[in-house]
Amino acid sequence: MTRATLLQARNLQVRRGGTRVLDVPALDLRTGEVLALMGPNGAGKSTLMLTLAGLLPPSGGELHFRQNRLQSRADRNAFRRCMTMVFQDPLLFDATVAQNIGSGLKLRGVPAAERQPRVADWARRLGLGELLNRPAHQLSGGEAQRTALARAFVLGPEILFLDEPFSSLDAQAREGLIEDLGHILAETGTTAVISTHDQGEAARLAHRLAVMQEGRIVQLGGLREVMNHPEDPFVAAFVGMETLLKGQVVTCREGLISLRLGKGPSDLEVVALGEAQPGQTVLVGVRPEHVSLSLQTDNTSSARNAFPGAVTKVIPRGPFFKVELDCGFFLSAYVTAQSLSELDLHPGRQVVASFKATSVHLIRKEGLDTQL
Amino acid sequence: MDLIWEGLRKALELLLRLDPEVLGITLLSLKVSGIATLLSVVLGLGAAVLVALNEFPGKRLVIALMNTGMGLPPVVVGLFVTVLLWRNGPLGFLGILYTPAAIILAQAVIATPIIAGLGLAALQHLPPGLRLQILALGATRTQMVGLLLWEARLPLLAAIMAGFGGVISEVGASIMVGGNLKGSTRVLTTATVMETSRGNFDVAFALSFILLVLAFSVNAVLTHLQQRSRPR
Repeated sequence: MTRATLLQARNLQVRRGGTRVLDVPALDLRTGEVLALMGPNGAGKSTLMLTLAGLLPPSGGELHFRQNRLQSRADRNAFRRCMTMVFQDPLLFDATVAQNIGSGLKLRGVPAAERQPRVADWARRLGLGELLNRPAHQLSGGEAQRTALARAFVLGPEILFLDEPFSSLDAQAREGLIEDLGHILAETGTTAVISTHDQGEAARLAHRLAVMQEGRIVQLGGLREVMNHPEDPFVAAFVGMETLLKGQVVTCREGLISLRLGKGPSDLEVVALGEAQPGQTVLVGVRPEHVSLSLQTDNTSSARNAFPGAVTKVIPRGPFFKVELDCGFFLSAYVTAQSLSELDLHPGRQVVASFKATSVHLIRKEGLDTQL
Repeated sequence: MDLIWEGLRKALELLLRLDPEVLGITLLSLKVSGIATLLSVVLGLGAAVLVALNEFPGKRLVIALMNTGMGLPPVVVGLFVTVLLWRNGPLGFLGILYTPAAIILAQAVIATPIIAGLGLAALQHLPPGLRLQILALGATRTQMVGLLLWEARLPLLAAIMAGFGGVISEVGASIMVGGNLKGSTRVLTTATVMETSRGNFDVAFALSFILLVLAFSVNAVLTHLQQRSRPR
C-alpha cells in the first residue's frame, strides 16, 4: 500500500499524575486505511485515539495533518471538523434519531433543507429509515450505536475514530453492525482508526494492526503479518496465538527447521519453515485455527506435524468450539460443531492433531531463556 | 374557625376587587424575585459551567462551598447585605438600602448558590464522555457549552424553579434590606408578616393566597417548558 500519509504522529507523549500513560515515537495513518488498535484495558488505546483526534492535548510531541503541523488552538479546531469519533457509549442527544444524525451538520451551520436528504440517506444506509422520528431514548443498544455511526458518517469525515464501538452490544447486534460498518468503510474509503480488544473485529475491519501494551505500540504491521507473525509472547497471546511452546532448534536444512519441544530430552519434534541456528532457543507458536483434528494419522495430508493426544477441554466459542489437547505439550485447536460431533470430541478422547510446517511461527527474541 | 372563614371571605373580596395596594405588592414581588432569579441564573449557571468543565486544585472545596451556599439563611444574607449597603459600608455610595434594588441584591445572593449547586449537579450528571463527543462532532467551545446546557435542561429548569421558589417565599432578607416600606419595598411576604402581627388576618390570608398562586403559576410555566422539550 503506497498511499499518502494523512495523519502523522511524532514522539507523542501523555502524562497523567507524573506517570507516562502514552509514549508513541512514530505513527503514520495512511489515506483510506483502517488501522486497528488492540490491547488490554489500560494499554492506552483510548488515550492514543483521543490524542490523535486532537481531543486530548499531548504532554509532548507533534501531530501533522496533511503535512501541516497542528500547533495553535485554531489548527486543532479546524482539524476537529475534518474528523469525528464514535465512542463505546452511543452518547446520543435527547432528541429524535433524525435530529441526532443531523446534529454535527447543524453545528457546522448546514441549513435544515440541506441536512434533511443527507440525514435520510445515512439513516437508510444504517438501517434506520423507519426510525427517523423516534426519540433516541427509546432505541435499543444496536439502534443507538447505528444512529451514532450515521451521525458520524453523514459528516463525510476524513478520519473516523471508533473507540470500542461494539463493546457494549450483544452478540447479535454486534455481528450485523460489524458487517455493515465493513461495507460502508469499503464503499466510502474512509480512513479509520478503531480500537478493540476483540481480534475477530480487528480481523474483519482492519488493514493494519497495532498492538499496545502499557502506553506503547509493541507491534505494528499488516493485519495478517501481526496475526501470524507476532514478535513477542505478549502480542502472540493477544492476537489469539493460543499455543506457545518453548523449543530448541535441533537442525536446519534447506529451509526446514526441526525443533525439539520442552527442556529435557524428548521425542516431540516440530517442523517449521525458515532459517535458524541449531541450539537456539525459540518460542513455537501455532494459531488454533491452523490445527486440524482427526482420528488417525493421515499419510496423505501435507501437514508435517502430527501428534497423538487426548482432549482435555471443549469450550464453546460462538460459531465454533475450542478444543484443548494434551499431546505431551499443550495444544489448542478450533473445530466446527460438525467436526465436534463427527469426531465425538470430549475430554479423554484420543485424537491426532496436525498442522503444516508453514503454520508454525517462531518467536526469536533476546532473553527468552530467562524469560520463561 | 370563624376567623379563618372571615379571612378567606375578605381575601376573595380583595382579590376580586383588584385592590390597587395588593396589586402593587404582588407586581413588586414578582418583579423583584424575577430579576433576582434572572441574575442568579446568569451567575449561578456560569459558575456551574466553569466548575463542571474545568479541573483545578481545590475543585472539591469549591463544590462543597457552593453546596453549603444552597442553605444560606436569608437573615444572615440580610445582615451582610445591610452592612454592605449601610451608609458607611463598602457599597454605601450606591445609596440603595431600603430600595427594591437592595432586595434584588439580597435575593440574588440567596438564589445564586442554589442554582449554581443544583446546576453543577445537573451538568455533572451528564454522561462523562458527552463533552468529548460534542467536540468530536465539530462543535466550538461555545456550541459545546450550549449543547451541554440543553442536554441538562430538565434538571436545570428544576434548579431555576428551586431558586425562584427560594426567593419569592423568603422574608428575612427582604424585610432587613428593604424595610417593608409601603408603596416602595413592601412585598408579599413582608406584608403578610406585618398584617399578621397587626391581627389583620383577612389581608394576611389574601396575600398568602396570592403568594401561593404566584409560586404555582411561575412553576407551572417552567414545568411546562421543561416537559414539553422532551421528545416522547
